[in-house]
Amino acid sequence: MSKTIYMDHAATTPVNPQVVEAMLPFFSQRFGNPSSVYALAQDARGAVEEARQAVADILGCSEREVIFTSGGTESDNIAVKGAAYGSQKSGNHIITSAIEHHAVLETCQHLERAGFEVTYLPVDEHGLVGVGDVERAITDRTILITIMLANNEVGTIEPIAEIGQLVKEWSRSKKKIAFHTDAVQGAGALDIGVEGLGVDMLSLSAHKFYGPKGVGIFYLRRGTVFTPQQSGGSQEKNRRAGTENVPGIVGAAEALKKAAGGREAYAQHCQGLRDRLIRGVLDGIDGAFLTGHPTRRLPNNASFCFPGVEGESILLSLDFEGVAGSSGSACTSASLEPSHVMLAMGIPVEVAHSSLRFSLGTDNTEEEVDYVISILPGIVKRLRAMSPLAAER
Amino acid sequence: MYSDLVMDHFRNPRNVGELADADGVGQVGNPVCGDVMKLMIKVKGDRIEDVKFQTFGCGAAIATSSMVTEMVVGKTLKEALAISNKAVAEALGGLPATKMHCSKLAADALHKAIEDYDAKAKAS
Repeated sequence: MSKTIYMDHAATTPVNPQVVEAMLPFFSQRFGNPSSVYALAQDARGAVEEARQAVADILGCSEREVIFTSGGTESDNIAVKGAAYGSQKSGNHIITSAIEHHAVLETCQHLERAGFEVTYLPVDEHGLVGVGDVERAITDRTILITIMLANNEVGTIEPIAEIGQLVKEWSRSKKKIAFHTDAVQGAGALDIGVEGLGVDMLSLSAHKFYGPKGVGIFYLRRGTVFTPQQSGGSQEKNRRAGTENVPGIVGAAEALKKAAGGREAYAQHCQGLRDRLIRGVLDGIDGAFLTGHPTRRLPNNASFCFPGVEGESILLSLDFEGVAGSSGSACTSASLEPSHVMLAMGIPVEVAHSSLRFSLGTDNTEEEVDYVISILPGIVKRLRAMSPLAAER
Repeated sequence: MYSDLVMDHFRNPRNVGELADADGVGQVGNPVCGDVMKLMIKVKGDRIEDVKFQTFGCGAAIATSSMVTEMVVGKTLKEALAISNKAVAEALGGLPATKMHCSKLAADALHKAIEDYDAKAKAS
């Protein structure tokens, strides 16, 4: 295989070489533990605090409200558990959506086993959460609402600012409810300013925006009730124990700065390619349809279903041609259940197995998109011809 | 995650298609589960003379279907019935744990096709 055509940026992105450059000194030269007192350690402390300030500037918050974690999953875990356990005295009800990432869904299910009550809001056929549904779900026992900024599988952008407004009014007039958003898929493409979104907590993962894996960012608004979920040292102002991942934190901040600075150009580049890809695929393949919202979607997400073919078979066939994508088919997971997102959108189980997602990035080109458009119809046709179901349809 | 042999059978499946005058047909699986296999056999005397399959499913489902057809051509019905899902998986150089059910489907489709042949033979 010559060059891989990488179209799975929602899974992960390559680290920007300039970000690598910024990280390198912190492995073997500037390696001090930020908690120690000598100059070498204070140099590392300075780098971490500089990174924290840079992140705060982009999120539009105070640097004291930024906590570094090990990734999006940890950020989601501590947001949901930290707020829930911290607010136990005032209630036990959590509102989320049926299409959240497993990092949120599984955490909510964990809390249900611990005695909390969770409402999983439905979504419409485009994967959109209804603001009215959120409002109707709130009770005087509600302590936390957690809804993602944009869905990782189908790219639908949720009405976070509207929900934020609703929560703010409720909290002001009735009782404080904490509002969290998993913004892991949104960074780099969407505005993640916390005031505009009206959130109390927000999760990010550096490797989704050309930063390193294993580093997360967690925004925690001052005054939000929060119980730390990791015991140990007093790092991150007693909110997240453990020696700071200094190179990772430096890399995460550097990557976020680049993502924020180039956001509009990036969104425009990806959206042009996305629309070309969607048009080409829908025109070229019988029965194919777009999943997610037609317009209110991440600029880099093109996701489809191809009834009559199984998603993993398409992925393997694409891989032979050097193209990397993703699928929500059961056969790409260990669970044997197809994507919960597809099912929540009302897509029949047998069709949900046929899902395919391309997520574009900085380095993708029109030529690459055209290549995918040229090979995909043949792949689907071959697999359909092999299927006993095609003839019955 | 897959062996080279699995990938080869996925990419160049053997005996894919339909047998218009099949003596026995076995279809197993369910589109809701994400895989359906249909295996068709042509029997002469007590031997499987020809076999074809059609499969809707993942890479492992297609590869195991292909492999099982290779394994049964020329075999007696009794020998074919003795082919287990484990044998299919082993012939492919192993399958990931989460894909073992695919090899079961392939063996089940074969056994069902033979049962179908037996039932038809008895009826006539």
